[in-house]
Amino acid sequence: MIHVRDLTVTFGQGTRSVRAARDVSFTVAKGESFGLVGESGSGKSTVLRVLAGLNPYWTGEATVGGVAVAGRDARLPRMVQMVFQDPYASLHPRHTVDRALSEPLEIQGIGDVGPRVERALTDVGLGPAFRFRYPNQLSGGQRQRVAIARALMLEPKVLLLDEPTSALDVSVQAEILNLLRRLRQAHGLTLLLVSHNLAVIAHMCDRLAVMNRGQVVEEMDVATLRRQEPREAYTRQLLLASRGYDREVAAGIVTYD
Amino acid sequence: MSTPLLEVEDLRVTFPTPTGPFHAVRGVSFTLGRERLGIVGESGSGKSLTGRSLLRLLPAHAKLEARRLRFDGKDLLTASPREMRALRGKRISLVLQDPKYSLNPVMRVGEQIAEAVRDRGDPKRRALEMLEAVRIRDPERVYGLYPHEVSGGMGQRIMIAMMLAPEPDLLIADEPTSALDVTVQMQVLAILDDLVAKRGMGLIFISHDLDLVSSFCDRVLVMYGGRVMEERHARDLRAATHPYTRGLLNSLPRIDDDRAELPTLQRDPEWLKE
Repeated sequence: MIHVRDLTVTFGQGTRSVRAARDVSFTVAKGESFGLVGESGSGKSTVLRVLAGLNPYWTGEATVGGVAVAGRDARLPRMVQMVFQDPYASLHPRHTVDRALSEPLEIQGIGDVGPRVERALTDVGLGPAFRFRYPNQLSGGQRQRVAIARALMLEPKVLLLDEPTSALDVSVQAEILNLLRRLRQAHGLTLLLVSHNLAVIAHMCDRLAVMNRGQVVEEMDVATLRRQEPREAYTRQLLLASRGYDREVAAGIVTYD
Repeated sequence: MSTPLLEVEDLRVTFPTPTGPFHAVRGVSFTLGRERLGIVGESGSGKSLTGRSLLRLLPAHAKLEARRLRFDGKDLLTASPREMRALRGKRISLVLQDPKYSLNPVMRVGEQIAEAVRDRGDPKRRALEMLEAVRIRDPERVYGLYPHEVSGGMGQRIMIAMMLAPEPDLLIADEPTSALDVTVQMQVLAILDDLVAKRGMGLIFISHDLDLVSSFCDRVLVMYGGRVMEERHARDLRAATHPYTRGLLNSLPRIDDDRAELPTLQRDPEWLKE
């Protein structure tokens, strides 16, 4: 469903240029849930933004559902949609929920707007009563549900999720993760989830790639992650550091280039 | 044992609203010695306000009340603004979540640290020592940088260096590591850990991360709706009995579990009854 080969993203020019992603390759099958995990600056969000068509400066190959990402193909928005990290920033503060959800339909010339908006709201567990509210009248969890509903308006096959729960409280995170799992089943979605949180990736994904400094360090299935048996030292350190504070682990932390 | 460093009894913070008073903190009590106390809770639990109350750094319209609020034998409720200023920064310090907003953007970071100790001999040398103490590799170079030239992890270490330069007796750290990567977080915590052990400083560590607090602190208060639900030794937080704490722990995904659904938290209005 998703093919990425030798994807390289460069920001800036000449001696001051930064390669945010270097020769990244991976494949995600139809209906699969794939995780990209890494620390800040690892390039995981950069890869996601390329697939969403938000970053035109890259080389390599990338296709989603057989549609090339590079060509600004008109079929792309109906194939792939994205949910962003911070629902306080990704929803327009002066647009109602109704307007946020109907806009993609209007752009794509799809009719039957009202019933579709109400169905989407019911689908994400909010219900039609939320249709004419503004974002400031919603909690963080409710906003993220609206952002998910917006991503599903065009009935895409692939959902790109960029840290969808890291701005939320843990009890709300559990609700959103449950919702995403349910929607994936109901709509047969393919998920690409970016997170720095290994536990969230372990809970949501079938396979994952670990990234550091723009490169994929290793790829593994979730069983390997759960057994905590990664191949690379970088991943082992990440796993140890995620377990909570430990004086000895802290003393042994090294930087991997 | 002598008197504790900090005594808090029945602390209350109230905000007036058009629909009547809003009780953000309602009846929080604890004592603190030379130890690491964690305060955990979700947004709106009153954990940050509790921390700020100790410095009387609240919005002007907030009402602060307590039966007892004493630091090292000194009554913080009746202290004059002048006496409070003498405590803030010097004896009680506060580290906030995001160095991007708490550092002065138009002042070199080294000068900001030196400013905190300007009434002592050779502030610049002291600032360089502090940069070294928080394990910044090239203190001379970093001294002359502006906040936008340093990474998040380094910014947070600079904040900690600034707050610790005057050698406070009590450090209040409000989510000091939640904007950082896990490996950088570990290194920053190790610095705080050393300082508590070496100097005998008291530390209040405010966080939403239960696993982190239970592995780093000595004792933990769990807050919800402005009240303390439960107080425990950090090491047995996993054995918590209060349904709120249990609910929070269960709703966390874990690397080694394969539950299909995460249990969601059922809140009980009974928890907030006084």
